[in-house]
Amino acid sequence: MEPTYRIELRNVSKNFGEVESLKNVDFKLGQNEVVGLLGDNGAGKSTLIKILTGYHQPTSGEIYIDGQRVESLTVPLARKLGIETVYQERALAELQTLWRNIFLGRELRTPYGLLNVKKMKSETNKLMLESMGFSSSAVNPDSTIETFSGGEKQGVAIVRALYFDAEIIILDEPTMGLSLKETRKLLDFVRHIKDVGKSAVFIDHNIFHVYSVADRVVVLDRGQIAGEFNTDAISLDDLMEKMYHVAETGSLD
Amino acid sequence: MSSETEELSGMDSVPGPQKESFNWKNFLRSNATQLGMILVFFGLWLFFILSAPETFLSPQIYYAFMATTPLFAIMALPLTMVIIAGEMDLSFPSIMAIGMVAFIFIFEPTGNVFLALLAALAAGVGAGLLNAGLVVGIGIPSLVATIGTQFFLRGLSLVLLQGQGATLIEARGSFIYNLLVGKIIGGIPNQFWWSIAIAILCWVILNRTRLGAHIYLIGDNQKSARLMGVNVNRTRLTVFIMMGLAAAFAGVLASLQVSFFWPSLGEGYLLSTLASVFLGGTSVFGGTGTILGTFLGSYIIGAINAGIVAIGLTGFWTELIYGLIIIISVSMHVVMQKRIK
Repeated sequence: MEPTYRIELRNVSKNFGEVESLKNVDFKLGQNEVVGLLGDNGAGKSTLIKILTGYHQPTSGEIYIDGQRVESLTVPLARKLGIETVYQERALAELQTLWRNIFLGRELRTPYGLLNVKKMKSETNKLMLESMGFSSSAVNPDSTIETFSGGEKQGVAIVRALYFDAEIIILDEPTMGLSLKETRKLLDFVRHIKDVGKSAVFIDHNIFHVYSVADRVVVLDRGQIAGEFNTDAISLDDLMEKMYHVAETGSLD
Repeated sequence: MSSETEELSGMDSVPGPQKESFNWKNFLRSNATQLGMILVFFGLWLFFILSAPETFLSPQIYYAFMATTPLFAIMALPLTMVIIAGEMDLSFPSIMAIGMVAFIFIFEPTGNVFLALLAALAAGVGAGLLNAGLVVGIGIPSLVATIGTQFFLRGLSLVLLQGQGATLIEARGSFIYNLLVGKIIGGIPNQFWWSIAIAILCWVILNRTRLGAHIYLIGDNQKSARLMGVNVNRTRLTVFIMMGLAAAFAGVLASLQVSFFWPSLGEGYLLSTLASVFLGGTSVFGGTGTILGTFLGSYIIGAINAGIVAIGLTGFWTELIYGLIIIISVSMHVVMQKRIK
């Protein structure tokens, strides 16, 4: 029996007008696997991510989640299926309060269909204390995001992805703009995803970051998959050598 | 990056007590604008009483005030949601008129006020759909699209009625008439109660429904809202429809109040409605604003209107002052926003 993947893309292409962003991409994310996605700017990493999260619909090709064909994957459907994303853009609403950002697009409601503001605030408070490490009294669930630092904003985006019991967490350039210490913490967090049996797709410019947390590395180049490596079967030096080669020639060999 | 940002995310738990008590300081801070407005309102009132005591100590002016202010308050409330959502609607004065054209078309042959009211509201929804179609469907900036529909709907009203007005004397005494513009409690015009009911309804929509949460989000950062799965277009469509519905309703109230419909109905409401929203602290850039602020804003505008006339200034002054209020309140908001950043 063929193993079921958490997510599988078969022969997916995406065009934006004349531009072919992705060409016949096959991508798999296994059970309890962390896949690192590497590639130069414009290689199609963000497009691939946004197809996985339902933000873009592929021009052609098929999407399977847990072995089930998904005809049209939208953001709400992806979130319902347990895919949460920490976007490069962070996807925060800066003028809004912390609790509104945590529950952005997934507001909790009472049985009468009205917003359960009290519950959202108390959950936010709990998350702040337990997961975000905000202990200063200046920050409360009613603080607006615009007053936060870059690291704090990233923390909000990550905690939000965790809150909804995601089975698959997609991190798009999460280390961008973070300090060294914050970056180390983030990498620990990605390893933690693996420890608790979940899966992740991790995108980063930095090959060291990706190599240190990923089980498998997928290299994208000009909209196509140039190669895949299991990190325990390739040394970091060899991987870097191959990356340079891909960047120069567009192929691995 | 500063040291307090080092606690990023991660699994380390920081133990701490969870207290949920009412904090007066926070309440004052987060409602400073509204509290300030209440002070302004009473300050103005005192000023008017001192300047024209014989007028402002007699009840008549308050009845007039409570009959006319609701007409634009009822439109300023949903307009607040339109502007929070990052859009603009300048067509509402003409929607008041086109709603009444639909009203007349049903009322004249049938004499049924209830059906006529439904027709007016349906026309309001239709006008809202037209605006949403141009803005959401075609992608025209709402400021431009609704200037277009403002003229188009005005022209349509004039063409359909050949520029003629229509009497509504026959509607007097009907149940709907009494319900809308009668006086049920203590001589206070029902328009006043309608403005309160609609304010409560708008508050619930904006603060206690997903629609309301999404209105704030799309006005703040449309890209983020889309990335997190908010149906941006449906939300924009809904705010334009609510605006159309409210404008048509206000048109019915305004016409029944004077028992006559002029096809120019609505002209003169543009400034007072916009001034109410911006005086109420709604950001012209979207993303922030409150229903309470707009509600207070419209009654302050109404008081200024009454005051200007009572003190003996001419009506010319009202436009000058409304214009000034819009300029000052928007500028203040922009300056304050810059200081935060």
